[in-house]
Amino acid sequence: MTETPSRPLVHDLYFEGTPIKDTKAPNVSIEQMWTKREFDAKLVNPSNRRKLSVIIIGTGLAGASAAATLGEAGYNVKSFCYQDSPRRAHSIAAQGGINAAKNYNDDGDSVYRLFYDTVKGGDYRSRESNVYRLAEVSAKIIDLCVAQGVPFAREYGGLLDNRSFGGVQVARTFYAAGQTGQQLLIGAYQAMERQVAAGTVTPFTRHEMLELIVVDGKARGIIARDMVTGALETHLADAVVLASGGYGNVFFLSTNAMGCNVTATWRAHRKGALFANPCYTQIHPTCIPVSGEHQSKLTLMSESLRNDGRIWVPKRREDCEKDPRDIPEEDRDYYLERIYPAFGNLVPRDIASRQAKYMCDDGRGVGPLVGDFRRGVYLDLGDAMRRMGKEQLAEKYGNLLDMYQRITGENPYEVPMRIYPAVHYTMGGLWVDYDLETTIEGLYAAGEANFSDHGANRLGASSLMQCLADGYFVLPNTIRDYLAGGPFKPVADDAPEVVEAQRSVQERIDRLLSIQGTRSVDSFHRELGNVMWEYCGMERTEEGLLKGIDLIRSLRDEFWRNVRVLGSADTLNQSLEKAGRVADFLELGELMCIDALHRRESCGGHFRSESQTEDGEALRDDEHFLYTAAWEYGGDEPPTLHKEDLVYYAIELKQRSYK
Amino acid sequence: MRLTLKIWRQAGPDVAGDFVTYQVDDVSGDMSFLEMLDVLNEQLNSEGKEPIAFDSDCREGICGMCGLMISGLAHGPEVTTTCQLHMRSFSDGDTITVEPWRADAFPIIRDLIVDRSAFDRIIQAGGFITVNTGAAPEAHSVPVPKANADRAFDSAKCIGCGACVAACPNASAMLFLGAKITHLGEVPQGQPERDSRVVKMVAQHDHEGFGGCTNIGECSAACPKEIPQDVISTLNKDLRTALRHGY
Ligand SMILES: Cc1cc2nc3c(=O)[nH]c(=O)nc-3n(C[C@H](O)[C@H](O)[C@H](O)COP(=O)(O)OP(=O)(O)OC[C@H]3O[C@@H](n4cnc5c(N)ncnc54)[C@H](O)[C@@H]3O)c2cc1C
Ligand code: SF4
Ligand code: FES
Repeated sequence: MTETPSRPLVHDLYFEGTPIKDTKAPNVSIEQMWTKREFDAKLVNPSNRRKLSVIIIGTGLAGASAAATLGEAGYNVKSFCYQDSPRRAHSIAAQGGINAAKNYNDDGDSVYRLFYDTVKGGDYRSRESNVYRLAEVSAKIIDLCVAQGVPFAREYGGLLDNRSFGGVQVARTFYAAGQTGQQLLIGAYQAMERQVAAGTVTPFTRHEMLELIVVDGKARGIIARDMVTGALETHLADAVVLASGGYGNVFFLSTNAMGCNVTATWRAHRKGALFANPCYTQIHPTCIPVSGEHQSKLTLMSESLRNDGRIWVPKRREDCEKDPRDIPEEDRDYYLERIYPAFGNLVPRDIASRQAKYMCDDGRGVGPLVGDFRRGVYLDLGDAMRRMGKEQLAEKYGNLLDMYQRITGENPYEVPMRIYPAVHYTMGGLWVDYDLETTIEGLYAAGEANFSDHGANRLGASSLMQCLADGYFVLPNTIRDYLAGGPFKPVADDAPEVVEAQRSVQERIDRLLSIQGTRSVDSFHRELGNVMWEYCGMERTEEGLLKGIDLIRSLRDEFWRNVRVLGSADTLNQSLEKAGRVADFLELGELMCIDALHRRESCGGHFRSESQTEDGEALRDDEHFLYTAAWEYGGDEPPTLHKEDLVYYAIELKQRSYK
Repeated sequence: MRLTLKIWRQAGPDVAGDFVTYQVDDVSGDMSFLEMLDVLNEQLNSEGKEPIAFDSDCREGICGMCGLMISGLAHGPEVTTTCQLHMRSFSDGDTITVEPWRADAFPIIRDLIVDRSAFDRIIQAGGFITVNTGAAPEAHSVPVPKANADRAFDSAKCIGCGACVAACPNASAMLFLGAKITHLGEVPQGQPERDSRVVKMVAQHDHEGFGGCTNIGECSAACPKEIPQDVISTLNKDLRTALRHGY
């Protein structure tokens, strides 16, 4: 990938490099592509598989399913996660459901329609070939999960129940109450533990990957820290898979778990893997608002509430402090219904989020003052209460409403709920080709960690589908083509690349511990989050992004001079763990801003104020930005942009409209 | 509110631990219990003292990573996880003791963190249905009566937190184990391995050093997911059946 940087572009922030192409997708019609790729991928003789080793970082849906499947095939798998058990990966928190083109309701669903909806939902910024394959394998996921004993919701006849989700017109979402992610993950975890018992998978829990080892251009291992003893371990293998999840925690507050991080993918990026579309972030409109400075994370309230709840703010700023029940109907502004009469409260996630922000920016937000700002709008179940009664409402949303009450101390059956948008998902990630291979040979990325199939916006219930498609069905078939090239030249424990990786990790840890400054890691993380939210959040402008970049640079500089990490390296040390993650977020944040700055169009979750229609809708610019932006790490130099043009053969490009 | 906390501090697995008393001011009722500990940790860090180590990840009651003994109650006074417990459940001036789970099978790693890998090994012993990727029949080929599907789901809600063990005077993991046996035993796909599963999992449970069940019921009372005690009856029934079948 390296080439001499040509001319510096916008504001001296990046170089423009050569375009890239996905060369692995077979040149046949989209319906035949995957069949052909599966057939063309070389086979590995079962007796040789044991001798081939694969490291998998992550035990979420993507990582656990890949570990189970590669273990079943007989490869020698090492699986890593930072939690105390593989079952705790953040996939466990997914609520709503998983899509699949089963067409069990005979409502006109098909592989093509799921493919079409996903590309359209992604605002035409995803790669057709990958999305088609996703839709194609989706049905098999449900078969497998049922066979594993996943207790999906069923109808009285004993068959699987479906619901429609996330603005599509067919019912293709399979679910297990509000705990679909948990049930799917337990299924994958159990399948993986079966392989642990069989001896094909070796689990390394409470282990954090801190560096990638690349030898002769190929990914050959990792450096991981045993988080209990603090020991730095070298693990070598023939291929490495990163299934380490998303990086929403760069915003500090998000619906992600506390430990979600970018370290695994960022370390790979620094070693040469391109990072694609880092600025594509999904902000979910219905989360419980921030209640104070102590807030450590945000909790999602399922979007389904928008089916029965009406969203409003007071018409007058003076009313914002009032008890909402005392604000009469004529003083309420049901702004979504007013602006979008056709879709009303059901407009897509990005629109609902942005409008909530506008209302609060206008001084009409509700709830407690955090800083000098009220971040909240009402989601009012009053009408639904009158229409359905408490019992029926409880049956439909009981769990959610209980959780809301537990967190806020307010009774949602009586007082309008308060909601506010929060960072929820990152569409960007490591660039991968049709085989899910990154630009480093032998390094693969799966699940939310890759730049994936969702373009500039992900539809509800499609991430679980993608993670399991990647891990159960796609990766095991493509990685064998690579592994069939083995046996690979053994890497010695004292090979220069290994020693260098060990040294750099050790040096970084020593440095973090030796600064002994005055500010805690969390305070830096919180400040970074504020900068990202302010300048690289729901609405982005050229001016704001430039400012954001400056702020991040000076914050990063201060971090390395003034962070205080206590304790030592050779014990369990949670401050040290966090410090390493925040250090990487401080680098990623800048790249996200650069990506957002260079993309002078609005698309999906990326809204540039300079690019909107007369009515304030996102305006795509297909003429200039119909490509995936894949960034090459520049070290002390600015990064280099490589464009992968998006070509649509099977689907016609259209502008979205929800008015 | 102003609180006094007596927190278990232990530098490592093999050293003795003890309670240390801390004062936290300005605790708001909107904070979660763990956010209150975050605030204390920031305070300690600024005083140059090492923060208290405790586990948490999702902080929304589903991953099962958190778990503290709070004034003698696993996950504290409400039926929920430690991360979903909020400070409005306490009053100004309260003294709260905070300890790790105590059980031989859950050795302490540091401060409030314990090693629960025994649970993973119980699952490895048989807590799964044997099916390879690629081998699954069409999902609708076997209908599952709704009542069974619902009970399977209710049992599968277990988050593997270990509160049942911590609450039990015998440090038994029968509720955790019974939940898995019931989940997999309620679905048709789980039948072929039903006998061998229960025998192997119970053997592993005992091998790990968890105690036996004497029907005290503290486990269910502490369980944040309200797993009912009758899963232990199902476990015992399945074990009897398996033994009768010659396992
Ligand atoms: C609250 C919430 C609700 C959601 N609801 C839905 C839904 O209803 N439907 C849907 O389709 N999607 C939903 N999503 C999105 C979806 O859950 C995630 O995108 C998906 O589960 C990600 O899975 P994953 O396997 O890629 O990563 P994760 O499940 O995040 O797993 C990451 C793994 O990587 C490991 N790891 C990370 N870094 C390191 C490191 N440096 N070293 C070692 N190990 C590491 C972790 O330990 C973990 O095992 C939701 C997301 C959230 C936050
Ligand atoms: S049975 Fe309940 S208390 Fe025990 S591990 Fe499961 S969720 Fe926790
Ligand atoms: S932190 Fe996940 S359940 Fe409490």
